Amino acid sequence: MATRVVHFLNQFFGGLGGEDKADAPPSLLVGAKGPGILLERLHPELRVVATVVCGDNALAQRPESVVSEILALLEPRFAGRPEERPELLIAGPAFLAGRYGMACGAVCQAVAARFAVPVVTGMAEQNPGVDQYRRGVHIVATAPDVSGMEPALRQVARLGLKLVRGEEVWPERDGYLSQGLRKNVFVDQSGAQRAVTMLLQKIRGAPFVTEYPMPVFDRVDPAPAIVDLAQTTIALVTSGGIVPRGNPDRIEAANAQKYGAYSLAGLAALGPASHQTAHGGYDPTYANGDPNRVLPLDAVRELVATGRIGRLHETYYATVGNATSVANARRFGLEIAHKLLSAQVQAVILTST
Amino acid sequence: MVKEIERAGLTVVHCCSIVPISLTVGANRIVPTVAIPHPFGDPAMGPAEERALRRQLVEKALTALETPVQGQKVFD
Repeated sequence: MATRVVHFLNQFFGGLGGEDKADAPPSLLVGAKGPGILLERLHPELRVVATVVCGDNALAQRPESVVSEILALLEPRFAGRPEERPELLIAGPAFLAGRYGMACGAVCQAVAARFAVPVVTGMAEQNPGVDQYRRGVHIVATAPDVSGMEPALRQVARLGLKLVRGEEVWPERDGYLSQGLRKNVFVDQSGAQRAVTMLLQKIRGAPFVTEYPMPVFDRVDPAPAIVDLAQTTIALVTSGGIVPRGNPDRIEAANAQKYGAYSLAGLAALGPASHQTAHGGYDPTYANGDPNRVLPLDAVRELVATGRIGRLHETYYATVGNATSVANARRFGLEIAHKLLSAQVQAVILTST
Repeated sequence: MVKEIERAGLTVVHCCSIVPISLTVGANRIVPTVAIPHPFGDPAMGPAEERALRRQLVEKALTALETPVQGQKVFD
């Protein structure tokens, strides 16, 4: 019995047309179209029972409503007789096409959530859809352009079939982009043995594969220098956990889920009676003894008094940087930045422990 | 946090004790500080000396804010 597949394609691969059809609303077609025909030829154990085709712009401009329309189109298929129910959704592959990649990711995520079937798509690693959807969707790594169609479809099909059969899959072995998950496994050699082996290989200049790749962070262009500090409002922000005594917002000592905004009005300096650190992971003795050691309010006030700094924003923002996730740190930073901008702040001193 | 604040258009200086982390994550203006539990102080010093040290570090942070940079720069 062939595995029943629903295939998602954009207007171009679905055969509707080029950029002139990019606004096309979603439609459900019977059987395989375009790459789906090749997919069936490469993997006769797959049968494309239906193809959803949608214009790139339609999905990019109204993602929520168009994804709902796609789910509504598919609903009867999934609600039908069990022997006709689709078992797998394949989207794309989208290669390096940005709108198409985002669409494939959105459709995969929504279909998996609604109909509880495995979903697989394919994209080049630099496709913006990868960052957005890799955690929840299996995304096969493809070439940047359509010349990589055949190997991409082969890999998508192999992975999809494994997921349908409920087999264990691994990014390196099954050719998909890491989802950032950790699994416990048993191995023959202890960590110490593996580390020494790896080190010896490194010293010899021999190839080795790390077990813990470091994250790659993006870069931000530096903001322009402040021309006249004496006319500038600056704000203080810290990841060192300095909070009013008693930690009123209960900011977590590790893996912080929130940040606090606290008034500096009327304070010439921080003191042990008024402030403390909520930060775990470092000895709090010195920060609690004199919180200015982490958030240097006393020195900043002096420099405002001398006219070196124009003004100090009278609210400071604080969180705990101890094992705090990048996603949370990013969110805190974004929210704090918007609050500071709307308060006409131009520059920030951010202190970390 | 530093990067999101900078991305939003604010000029920001990161004062931190572990400069390699700041470089890896991608801060652009970086001022190294004293130590993790007391970045802007040194409990081994007397109070006046410690306050002078703190003021010096904050002045260095202000200099960093006033300095045009192309990419990452550590203000030693």
